[in-house]
Amino acid sequence: MADVSLRGVSKAFGDTQAVDDLTLSIKDGEFVVLLGPTGAGKTTTLRLIAGLERPDSGSIVIGGRDVTQLAPAVRDVAFVFQQYSLYPHLTVYENLAFPLRSPARKWSETQINSRVLEVAKLVRIDHKLENKSTRLSGGEMQRVAIGRALVRKPAIYLMDEPLSSLDAKLRGDLRLELKRIQAELFSTMLYVTHDQIEAMTMADRIGILADGRLVQLGTPREIYMEPANLHVAARLGQPAINLLPADLLPEAAAPAGTKTIGARTEHLTIRKAANGHADGTVDWVEHLGDQNHLHLTVGNRKLVTLTDPDTLFEKGDRVTIRLKAPLYFDGAGNRITG
Amino acid sequence: MAEIRVQNLRKEFGAFVAVQDSNFVVNDGEFFVMLGPSGCGKTTTLRMIAGLELPTGGQILLGGDDVTMLRARERDIAFVFQLFALYPHMNVRKNMGFPLLAQGMPKAEIRQRVEETAKLLRIDHLLDKPVSGLAGGDRQRVALGRAIVRRPKCFLMDEPLGTLDAEFRDLMVHELRELHNRIHATTVYVTHDQLEAMSMADKIAVMNHGVIEQFGSPKEIYDHPATMFVADFIGSPPMNFLKFGGGLQKGAKEIVVQGASVAVPEIREDFAPADFALGVRPEHIRFDDASKLRGSIYGTEYLGTTQIVAVETADGMVKARVPADIPLRMGEPVGLTFNAPRLSLFERASGRAIRTGVREGAQGGPAHG
Repeated sequence: MADVSLRGVSKAFGDTQAVDDLTLSIKDGEFVVLLGPTGAGKTTTLRLIAGLERPDSGSIVIGGRDVTQLAPAVRDVAFVFQQYSLYPHLTVYENLAFPLRSPARKWSETQINSRVLEVAKLVRIDHKLENKSTRLSGGEMQRVAIGRALVRKPAIYLMDEPLSSLDAKLRGDLRLELKRIQAELFSTMLYVTHDQIEAMTMADRIGILADGRLVQLGTPREIYMEPANLHVAARLGQPAINLLPADLLPEAAAPAGTKTIGARTEHLTIRKAANGHADGTVDWVEHLGDQNHLHLTVGNRKLVTLTDPDTLFEKGDRVTIRLKAPLYFDGAGNRITG
Repeated sequence: MAEIRVQNLRKEFGAFVAVQDSNFVVNDGEFFVMLGPSGCGKTTTLRMIAGLELPTGGQILLGGDDVTMLRARERDIAFVFQLFALYPHMNVRKNMGFPLLAQGMPKAEIRQRVEETAKLLRIDHLLDKPVSGLAGGDRQRVALGRAIVRRPKCFLMDEPLGTLDAEFRDLMVHELRELHNRIHATTVYVTHDQLEAMSMADKIAVMNHGVIEQFGSPKEIYDHPATMFVADFIGSPPMNFLKFGGGLQKGAKEIVVQGASVAVPEIREDFAPADFALGVRPEHIRFDDASKLRGSIYGTEYLGTTQIVAVETADGMVKARVPADIPLRMGEPVGLTFNAPRLSLFERASGRAIRTGVREGAQGGPAHG
């Protein structure tokens, strides 16, 4: 495993600037997740590091070696694609063993066997080693694909939304496992996704990508609690942060220049209006089971917050709303701290 | 709009039973979601309602009329597929008007209908734009518009949001539900995504292996799952199951799990000694050092307002959802307590929920009848 850094890397496809002056350092043993919507430049970034694309400018350094001009094969990276790509005629065992059989490695069968078994256990596919890879469910195939990357110990693992084709439950299980495997192996990992939950739960640091640019880089807590601007604030949190005009609610001690107030559940105190003054009304309570969303109207704006599973709020209730240390943003959308 | 009534509906493909004697009623104006893993029979059921498959047995009534053997185009329904194909060479207005043109409706009437529908979907400003330049959300709205413009008896939707980014999907989920609140069209919606189901449905049918395991409101299904399959399929993370044994007596309010006594809702059935499971939703678990039910922290997942904590116990992993500001260390020993009135009990062999004081009246077992 090794440090990986990108220095001022740019890549355009025709008129589209896919990656724009990207500088990013991933420390040895670190799990970095790039989060952004489709078209933000996530996959292109991975492909540039893997050597599947050449940058227009900038350099890529892996383990102290400038690999910008090197072929993919000599970069010592392992890539897991969004769509599992297994050898259909081989068994699970042979699929996992394949990367280790490269003549350059000169591994003995005993070494290969013990490594395959170890990884098969990690990705929980050890009960199906003799199955043909085509006779697996989607989730199992993707675990084999991840396992095939893990049998090697490359400088860095590059993962392109490896869980997005799986169902919710399996995704939840594999999230926890992948993070644990990474921590156990102390492997360097760059993982891209559009799923904020994957980013929040697995990353040591999250990089927020938009239009090919790195907008903010920090721990999940930093990104969630101290977003640099409106764009970042809107990327994390479920329900999404409420972005309100500065003068919508009373008593907001907003600093000068505040145009927008960002209020998450933890920034709001909502009570039923006793009598007289009310700030808003309850539109409906959305029962999502584990999370219940309270939908409110304040003036001409809608607000959504988490509420207790046994909430006593009902449609039509008039409520008072107080802000507790919310986030402030200026006219350009940048955070005002202070 | 109309009520949909499905009676003893059955579909076999050779020896494989895709749908097994399904019964349900979708009331006029209801948003009904069929939820289940792939291969559970939900799409086959939808295709039978649409007339794209003929059932092996049973009946489908649409607004009181038996349509079981009618052709798809004789049923007056609108089917919205997963992939929204628009005519790329036509503008929004022509795309939306096309189904009416095909029906031979007069031009002036088409114009009026399209404009009304566009207003409903808030895309009236786009009517004369080419569809090729539209953003993803607007394309989706145009496709919906093309389905709505015919004012069919009901809408059938097969994972229409399946291919979208998470963020955009959340947006469309709320938009679809809001649209439903405005037009009250009877809708049957198929998905494997429980969050989509919970967000949009008036009623949900959870399907597994061709059988409807439970039919009810999202809240009923979440709070009082009829089977272990439903309890496990709904919720993220899903319900935890803790093993316990021995017999059960009517009136008991306590069970023993891993040597610790746990308060539960009053049991309303007698059982001979067997294997049982205590079902606990992650948000009904709290950490309490005084508790005899022990575990150690295996991992935490930070979600901002809350965190999911995996706790390793003698009986496997238990996941809890607690506030994000509780500090926890990996490997740290913890005691677990549960919110007693919110617990479920199951008989392991059949997987069905045991009747208790808080789920009296709720359907026990698969809703075959």
